[in-house]
Amino acid sequence: MSIDLKTVKHISKLARISIDDEKANKLKGDLNNIFEFIEKLNELNTDNVQALTSIAETTLRFRKDEIKSENIREKILKNSPEENKDFFVVPKVVE
Amino acid sequence: MSDITSQSLFELTSNIKEKKLSSEEITKAFINRAEKSKKLNVYVTDNFEKAIDQSRKFDSNPNLDLKLPGIPIAVKDLFCTNGVRTTAGSKILNNFVPTYESTVTQNLWCQGAILLGKLNCDEFAMGSSNETSFFGYVQNPVGENLVPGGSSGGSSAAVAANLTPVTIGTDTGGSIRQPASFTGTVGLKPTYGSCSRYGIVAFASSLDQAGPMTKNVRDCSMLLEVISSFDQKDSTSIDYKRNHYSKELSKDIKGKKIGIPKEYRVDNMPDEIEQLWKNGISYAKDCGAEIIDISLPHTNYALPTYYIVAPAEASSNLARYDGVKYGFRSPGQNLIEMYEKTRSEGFGDEVKRRIMIGTYVLSSGYYDAYYLKAQKVRQLIKKDFDDAFSKVDAILTPSTPSSAFKIGEKTNDPVSMYLNDIFTVPINLAGLPGISIPAGKDKNNYPLGLQVIGKPFDEQNILNISYALEDKINFKNDISDWWLSE
Repeated sequence: MSIDLKTVKHISKLARISIDDEKANKLKGDLNNIFEFIEKLNELNTDNVQALTSIAETTLRFRKDEIKSENIREKILKNSPEENKDFFVVPKVVE
Repeated sequence: MSDITSQSLFELTSNIKEKKLSSEEITKAFINRAEKSKKLNVYVTDNFEKAIDQSRKFDSNPNLDLKLPGIPIAVKDLFCTNGVRTTAGSKILNNFVPTYESTVTQNLWCQGAILLGKLNCDEFAMGSSNETSFFGYVQNPVGENLVPGGSSGGSSAAVAANLTPVTIGTDTGGSIRQPASFTGTVGLKPTYGSCSRYGIVAFASSLDQAGPMTKNVRDCSMLLEVISSFDQKDSTSIDYKRNHYSKELSKDIKGKKIGIPKEYRVDNMPDEIEQLWKNGISYAKDCGAEIIDISLPHTNYALPTYYIVAPAEASSNLARYDGVKYGFRSPGQNLIEMYEKTRSEGFGDEVKRRIMIGTYVLSSGYYDAYYLKAQKVRQLIKKDFDDAFSKVDAILTPSTPSSAFKIGEKTNDPVSMYLNDIFTVPINLAGLPGISIPAGKDKNNYPLGLQVIGKPFDEQNILNISYALEDKINFKNDISDWWLSE
């Protein structure tokens, strides 16, 4: 199986990474090399194997749903790329 | 007394406790050396001024009961540090100043350590040579134009070059052990769940672990003791009784059963590594350990499995970098264009490659063929280790299939770069602890490491085996300080 240019462009759309044609062609080559290497897994029959879902053999803990930190609005907004008082600013969404 | 910066953590701590050295003297010595070591490019951000202030503060009222009393430490730039820029080696976090502290670094400061600065690493810890960093490559102090390994390459170089007494790195597929091996230093990846992942920039959450990188095994045990803790803030942190690793450190490994997996004898492995391994085996025998041949039949499938699982988790984890809440933003005509431009300009090539792999293997129609398949093979890999550990107490292997390579040698061939991690990746997939210790040199005089792998939560055992082997190996790094400027 090989990955064509159309698929590369489709994945880049899904991943929200814009790429030009030159980059897409380079990526096509890289991805095909990597997937050729990954295809090795098909040698193994895994029909009766249960997928591993957690490496730490513990059940996730429950905790009380309570507020532990207060007044952190300023901290949360501190690194925002565009400042506008109490909100994160993005380009206009609604036409 | 030997030069301050060449002292081990154990020596520095003793000298502070016996009041032979002050925290300020030690901190200034490391800063002085760093000022002359810019050529190595280990620092992304330094914290020197604040560190001197903090060392004076420590000296004015020293608490000598702490485990790291007034000890300056630089850490990998993947740990969020409150008020100090944290980049993960990426342009997309170039301007990010966390407003909170990672649990692992908080544990250091609670024991009296002082932050020296943030160390270079591969972008988002994705790389085996530190060459994917937005902040440029790092020189290996072992030799000019050699890579220091990766992703914790700034960390390994800093320890080997005496720019920090010890450091902490992170290891997703070998990112502590491989750079340790390339620089003649010690690096330990703890059991998954031993060290909290809270506040560490996430790469692949089911594989990531923080761990100590040090000059010797004793220092490694001292540092692990500080950073390993149960943490409510990490849902996969495990609540178990941790050893007093440094107190219980012992060279007595008589009767320990050590497994030698035949599958780690790979094609084209240099003779020197084969010989290194044989030497390790005979040293273990000399120490009274019993050597047992074992099989880990799915070893060859570990790397392909890793290159599905890790990118899949990375593509999800890195979805958060969208230019909205923090980090770099590239303006766009609309929201989607802003996302696409931000991510295209903010991420480097290797990170984009891995996001693309991850997105593909998780996308509709391919999930079963790739991701689910990989999770099944991961189960088989884990079972290999479970079976082996019913017969042995630990496993001994080489750390890497080669010594450090030249800068630029493997950057154009991702797969050959990935092969570096062939001996380290299976351990992350199985969630086990593993340690790399320097064990010899190749014909170029470049260091080579041996890896000791343990059962889950059995860090004490692999530390003890390494401690015994270290004594027999008696490795000397003799680094010439070629990079120093006046």
